[in-house]
Amino acid sequence: MNSAYVIRRLLQIIPLFLAVMVLIFVLVHLIPGDPVSTLLGDRATPDIVARANKELGLDKPLIVQFGLFVVQLLHGNLGESINLKIPVLRLIGERLPITLFLTVYAAVLGVLLAVPLAVLAAVRRNTWVDALIRGFFQFGLSLPVFYLGLQLLTLLGARLGLFPIGGYGETFGDHLYHLFLPALTLGLNLAAVLVRTLRSSVIEVLTAEYVEFARAKGLRSSVIMTRHVLRNAMIATVTLLGLNIGALIGGAVITETVFAIPGVGRLMVDAIFSRDYPVVQGLTLVFAVLVALVFLATDLIHARLDPRAEVV
Amino acid sequence: MTATLPAIVTVAPLPRRRSLKPTLIIGLVLLLILLLAAVIPRLFTPFSPTDFDYTAILKGPTGKHWFGTDNFGRDVFSRVVHGTRIDLQIAFFTTAFPFVFGTLLGAVTGFRGRWGDAVVGRVADLVVVFPFLVLVIAIVAVLGPGLTNMYLAVSAVGWVSYWRLTRGEVLAQKKAEYAQAAQVLGYSPARVLLRHILPNAVTPAIVYLMTDMSLGILLGASLGYLGLGAQPPTPEWGVMVADGKNFMVTAWWISTFPGLALTLAGVTFSLIGDGLADALRPRS
Repeated sequence: MNSAYVIRRLLQIIPLFLAVMVLIFVLVHLIPGDPVSTLLGDRATPDIVARANKELGLDKPLIVQFGLFVVQLLHGNLGESINLKIPVLRLIGERLPITLFLTVYAAVLGVLLAVPLAVLAAVRRNTWVDALIRGFFQFGLSLPVFYLGLQLLTLLGARLGLFPIGGYGETFGDHLYHLFLPALTLGLNLAAVLVRTLRSSVIEVLTAEYVEFARAKGLRSSVIMTRHVLRNAMIATVTLLGLNIGALIGGAVITETVFAIPGVGRLMVDAIFSRDYPVVQGLTLVFAVLVALVFLATDLIHARLDPRAEVV
Repeated sequence: MTATLPAIVTVAPLPRRRSLKPTLIIGLVLLLILLLAAVIPRLFTPFSPTDFDYTAILKGPTGKHWFGTDNFGRDVFSRVVHGTRIDLQIAFFTTAFPFVFGTLLGAVTGFRGRWGDAVVGRVADLVVVFPFLVLVIAIVAVLGPGLTNMYLAVSAVGWVSYWRLTRGEVLAQKKAEYAQAAQVLGYSPARVLLRHILPNAVTPAIVYLMTDMSLGILLGASLGYLGLGAQPPTPEWGVMVADGKNFMVTAWWISTFPGLALTLAGVTFSLIGDGLADALRPRS
């Protein structure tokens, strides 16, 4: 992997982050309704509202507020939650690991489901096995995440009592157990996306000339499978995972709401309903940074696995 | 590989009768049923979707109430049928603007290139770095919950995919011989683009439109479920699933049937999408 490519790709992040900050700032300050009035309730006099506005810096011109926002950001300060009175960064710091755990767990389950099934479908293409796998995931693709989650929760959690119906647990094993259903929900959804593309990419490899040559040369099919097919499937999987990180995070927002998991997704929904500006702002920023970093990592891993990719 | 392909396509006329894939036929039949339910819901059910009936609260599926009744005694089957209109409307309005705007923008920037292309490219980079759902719910939070604001939010974000697809295709097509020929003949750039290149470059966007409609329904229902989309008592499928979620153990039918309707609608559009992809692509 050549270092000029890495540096170029890293530098592209800076203007992107600046634009992200402008967009988030503008967006949040367009929110109708005054957060101070919401916070203080109906009984607040205009005097008190004005004082609170001053304390929170909401009385200054927008451009000044933006300047302050950027300066604070560079100091790692995302402000304080209006409702919970906790620094936003700390709040996110407490909740983000839960969401990351869920997302990674879901990605692992998704890949474990998708890769073997996609390879199987590709090897047995146009048979009933292929049709079954594709049909199943076609159905899975159309199944809304909140609905699948609700059904799994009711069936395996509430009715059969196999899994807890909410929460996160204390130890690592506890987390795995508590988050199994939510991660499965998200993972199935991800697998549906992965299987579709992986199957065609595996077929492409299986029918490629170099694979036919390898076969003609007498290479065992297990060697062809690991050296050619799986390696290429890996490249495709990494790219697809990167591309779908946004969908995965969006799915986490919904899943956390369904399963009452105290992660940042649920925090976001709560913050929107209670008009907690700084939290919405901080979270949107963190999500954007997260996605940008995953895109970057995907590009770098892709370039490492497939040197032809260093073109951008 | 695509550079030489279009020339072949334009020279050889498409076969008149190409056998339609069963997936496409099943998809179209399902769509027809959904459209019927959306236009004339009374054809399927005699009950009102919003009238309360306190004599029949939380009743399971029976011959009279096929999908049972909810906690207000409303007929769930009737609500599911009437919901078709709302959710198909969501499929249409979440995709119409992104499709038209994104495709035209992709055509122009792909054809012209230069600074316009660069600017739109940066804006697209900015939009995609936000998780789609997060950005949409952030915009909906700014504008306030409700269907109209949801359409605005999705439109602000959803055009990027169409822009990408069409731009890429136009970039490839404009190097094709037929496009070069049209330019050499002295046709105006607008004519070359709209009459010659775009018809050959729009296929991926049309195929994606079907997938996007199914995604649009899922998104609309997800926002409805979170309380940010359609508002109760609108019989929107996502809202209905949320309405019944506290009764899942005692009255499973309230949430289960609207959810199945959502899945059916999703399957319908993806079947049509797959079928169209097979039928429209010069090479499968």
